[in-house]
Amino acid sequence: MTQPLRLELRTAPHVAKGNSVERIMFHVVLALLPICAFAVWQYGLSALALIITVTATCLLTERLFNRLSGTASTLSDWSATITGLLLALTLPPSFPLWMGVVAGFAAIALGKALFGGIGYNVFNPALVGRAFVQAAFPVAITTWVPAYFPSRFSEFIPTTLTMPLMTPPDIGAWVKGHMVDGFTGATPLARWKFENQVAEFGDMLSGVAAASVGETSALIVLVCGLYLAVRRFLDWRIPVAILGSAVLVALLFHLLEPGRYPPPYFVLLSGGLVLGAVFMATDMATSPVTPLGVWIYGILIGVTTVMIRYFGGLTEGIMYAILLGNALTPLIDQVTQPRVFGAGKGKKA
Amino acid sequence: MAIPGQKQLTSMDEFLEGIWKQNPVFVMVLGLCPALAVTVSAVNALAMGAATTFVLLGSALLVSLMRNVIPKEVRIATYIVIIATFVTIVDYLIAAISLELYEALGAFIQLIVVNCIILGRAEAHASKHAPGRAVINALGMGLGFTIGLFALGSVREIFGAGTLFGVPLFGPDFQPWVVMVLPPGGFFVLGAWLLLFNWWRNRKPAASEPANVVREASHG
Repeated sequence: MTQPLRLELRTAPHVAKGNSVERIMFHVVLALLPICAFAVWQYGLSALALIITVTATCLLTERLFNRLSGTASTLSDWSATITGLLLALTLPPSFPLWMGVVAGFAAIALGKALFGGIGYNVFNPALVGRAFVQAAFPVAITTWVPAYFPSRFSEFIPTTLTMPLMTPPDIGAWVKGHMVDGFTGATPLARWKFENQVAEFGDMLSGVAAASVGETSALIVLVCGLYLAVRRFLDWRIPVAILGSAVLVALLFHLLEPGRYPPPYFVLLSGGLVLGAVFMATDMATSPVTPLGVWIYGILIGVTTVMIRYFGGLTEGIMYAILLGNALTPLIDQVTQPRVFGAGKGKKA
Repeated sequence: MAIPGQKQLTSMDEFLEGIWKQNPVFVMVLGLCPALAVTVSAVNALAMGAATTFVLLGSALLVSLMRNVIPKEVRIATYIVIIATFVTIVDYLIAAISLELYEALGAFIQLIVVNCIILGRAEAHASKHAPGRAVINALGMGLGFTIGLFALGSVREIFGAGTLFGVPLFGPDFQPWVVMVLPPGGFFVLGAWLLLFNWWRNRKPAASEPANVVREASHG
């Protein structure tokens, strides 16, 4: 035993290049880019400015905390870029840029840097940032504009360039002047909740309805997520568990009372459910690692989302559902530790 | 009385201890209940600080005067009775001066009686020192607490309402940060101040080494 053995053992897979944090994160960024591009196509300059501003703020905040704590720069691991992109995708396109800066700062500072940086954060940083601005600016974060308005590439939405610290102007008149008929300034979820109107299946799949920057088209989000799942950069069980449980619960309610509760496709495609399930709940640092735990985590998020939507005060529940799932992750991991093979069942390890 | 080899604390040291070295909010992190609950505006924070300072002064003086009379076995109960007396006075005083303020501070005026800074000072300082010393120390602690509350209250009022002492700072178009006047805002602002102070202290580790030891001891 004391003699050094010159034998190197490696487990499969025998790949030439292993996965690193940088590599995984880089591919997540790649997968997010089509969603961003589609958002810019839908909402024009305002969405582009918002995505750039929020991402830049996240990167600068990360650098600032690197400086304060005297550690090497962690910008090159791409994680702050992901946080910035994801955060921007969850904000409404008309969100004032200065509030985007606040959100980006809160995301990195509160959600990540204070816990010790990448891998130590308890909550998904992008959702921490969004939760912060949701609590701080409840009106701005629920002000929506229609997608595909004609002048989107030649002018900003009036609220985008609000002076820092100032209240964004009311855009009701602006929306009316620019608008396709019948736009009520509400997301499909809000319209269902307050007017009991269910949006068309096709509209929701392709993203014609009003929504946050990157939440409109479930289809494109799913395709990007599929790429990551095939490359094994995310755990496919999590989105499957979330979406599956949400659809099942929705189906149950719909069968019990079809007039009151919407059909399952509506629950699946509206709001940020798909984006959250694919890109946010799958954050490796904040989701369980045990196989059983992953299913519990996903089902918990899916069911909670539907419950918040149906019975809560808010129209959308995915954000708080994921944050709740994040908070329970250490506990889920602890109670779902697999039994060591050969160890007695009743005995304590 | 001075122990040989130990530096004799001057009155000034005693006074400054509560303001800086042992600041109740930023160093000892005591009295958080009022520090988080009533600091939605600068005025509320100052009023709460003043009320607490008054109770601290009165109870320190009385406890110090009676320190040789109070039996050891019932000293905590005695301190509480003394503190409660001053809290009652302050309670009626504030109600008489401004009913609006009284309603804004709510139950937290009465809750001064269980503020651990006051009981802690009575037990750890006033009961062991002469009245002059005790009052100076209590004044420093009270001011330190007031400064801490004001630091929280002013930031929360500026962000939460765009005003300071009710005076608008940013004009009529200011967008209030709703979260700042909610309970989470209190935690965020307190956390930010603690971060700032700790970062500032740790910037020069050589100078703060002995101070850290003292601080550790006082936590226990």
